[in-house]
Amino acid sequence: MKVIKIDKKDWPGGLEKLSGNYRLFGPVKDKDSHDFRELPKGKLPDFDFQNTRLPAKSLVYPQSEAMFEYTLDESQPDHHVMKAVKKDYSPRAVFGIRPCDAKAFVLVRKNFDTPEYKDPYWIQAYEASTFVGLACDDPHGTCFCTSAGCGPFHEEGLDVLLADAGDHFLAKGLTEKGQNLLKAAGWTAETEADIEAMKKAAEGKISSSVSTDKLEAKETTALYDAPFWEEQAFACLNCGTCTYSCPTCWCFDIQDENHKKSGIRMRNWDSCMFPLFTLHGTGHNPRGTKMHRLRQRFMHKLKYYVDKYGAGIQCVGCGRCVRLCPVNIDIRKICELMNDYDSGADTCAA
Amino acid sequence: MSGYTDKIREISERLLKEGTAEMVIGFKNGTMPMMNEPCFIRKPEDAGKLVWDSNCGINLSNYLTDRKEKIAIVAKGCDSRNIVTHIVENKITREQLHIIGVPCHGMIDRHKTASMFDTEILSVTEQDGKILVKTKDSEKTLEKADVLQKNCAVCTHRNPVIHDELAGNPVEEQRDVDRYADVRGIEAMSPQEKLNYFDGLFADCIRCYACRNACPLCYCPTCFVDESRPQWVGKSTDATDVKTFHFLRAYHCAGRCTDCGACERACPVGINMRVLTKKLEKDCLDNFGWEAGLTPDQRPPLDTFKTDDPEEFIK
Repeated sequence: MKVIKIDKKDWPGGLEKLSGNYRLFGPVKDKDSHDFRELPKGKLPDFDFQNTRLPAKSLVYPQSEAMFEYTLDESQPDHHVMKAVKKDYSPRAVFGIRPCDAKAFVLVRKNFDTPEYKDPYWIQAYEASTFVGLACDDPHGTCFCTSAGCGPFHEEGLDVLLADAGDHFLAKGLTEKGQNLLKAAGWTAETEADIEAMKKAAEGKISSSVSTDKLEAKETTALYDAPFWEEQAFACLNCGTCTYSCPTCWCFDIQDENHKKSGIRMRNWDSCMFPLFTLHGTGHNPRGTKMHRLRQRFMHKLKYYVDKYGAGIQCVGCGRCVRLCPVNIDIRKICELMNDYDSGADTCAA
Repeated sequence: MSGYTDKIREISERLLKEGTAEMVIGFKNGTMPMMNEPCFIRKPEDAGKLVWDSNCGINLSNYLTDRKEKIAIVAKGCDSRNIVTHIVENKITREQLHIIGVPCHGMIDRHKTASMFDTEILSVTEQDGKILVKTKDSEKTLEKADVLQKNCAVCTHRNPVIHDELAGNPVEEQRDVDRYADVRGIEAMSPQEKLNYFDGLFADCIRCYACRNACPLCYCPTCFVDESRPQWVGKSTDATDVKTFHFLRAYHCAGRCTDCGACERACPVGINMRVLTKKLEKDCLDNFGWEAGLTPDQRPPLDTFKTDDPEEFIK
């Protein structure tokens, strides 16, 4: 694949050109951390970060999103009729998304875009987006992407991969969408430069890992009944930090919000850490304790997903949940416990 | 403060051996700098897991709520005040508890410390009141006073107010501390300035409820934000709903909050929501001469009344 060289002095001009055809998004520093925002005209994405505090997930799948609006005013002919809320799905370009967040969209797509069910909001936003990824050359100590089916230069889910080479970027147009964006920006100078060496160097800097090789062969019920859950769940506060900061968590709740005679039907992120998530109308809660809820989160990511899709774990190793958990519950540690767990069931059978 | 670790282990091992407690609640080493993990041990031989240093800012009384065992718990000043509050509010009984008091030197503010360095912090160690921070490309020694959690810097109850034994000698309490400079700053604002200030304060909130869930006072079986019949608050990230959550949660803590700082410590996006609870703390002190959690013999002012109350309507 041809590699394009983008001189950094040509960077602002290219973005300026793109702003005519795309809404531009990128990392912006606010207080002490970076998060994705729409870039006002002339504002450049700030690439001076290890990773954004929160993932790029919300660009496609906002934390709160209106789906329908309605009126309850019975004097109106269309009262109680749900009407789609108008959305802006014009082309958007997302700059500086890390390969882990891009790979996460590929995992999440397995849920939102299936032959049976198609989530119109997620799919339209995803398809409207061109993802210009920024390869990692300075991963965090809690990053374990290389053992989670991803990597600092991983290309899955990206349309363009950028690697920072000092006074210029090296860019790979990975999809037609990506190549079109490079062309539209006027970034066309081909180079013989190779990013393989940069990739190897970056992968060598990933200092942390998980073992997942034995998860698939484990008996689900044996893992479910493993004795370590009580101890692992003890510290858990059952807050939503891990799920909301996770690029691969996709659960939502739907709510009607009425104000006087009008209303909107919202969907909001939900979290399997919250008791309300599984509370039945009867009052019964099948996941009645925090141990149940913590176990669900890890079983889903590291066992149920593995078994259902045969595409590895539902985690890209971005390390955000590790960094942000208020009480230091560490998915790396729990993954090792699960992967190494021997219930002794086989021995008994023999 | 590291000398406490040996003492805590020794006490815990003894309590479990002699059967005074079925479990000990304390901290174990975390997997990240400035992070220890709340934990429990049930076997005397596990006592070596327990640690104590300046990264034990989570309030352990939060882990006592409605437990039935005989529990030994490691408690710094603020934890002990929340244990008192728990006893007063019938969330645990005094008889169930063996309190291992830790006279506290204050906890390290992990958010602030991280923000003082451009690159990732690889390790944080403490010696003789100094904090040694190592990053990939630098090493720096900080004064502990400069990286204390904000609540610890103005703490006036570092010694446990209730305990069965102490893991170290009592420390000198901080005196002449101005606890409410920040609150007075907000009180002096015009209504519009206040609104702008609170809009900014909560702009980053993702409603993960880490603040609420880290708070030992927030033990309601169903929090008002989770009620659906009737639904009091919207669940989206709408700014009014977000503020409603924070304001009402703070009011529910009036006269009960010990300013342990667990809420701010837990927040993944660094919101300083303590200004709300401190305002209510200040009001309780000004109006009722009340500080929460100092004695199990008196109920908090908002959950009792006096016949000589100065307000007419209450008589």
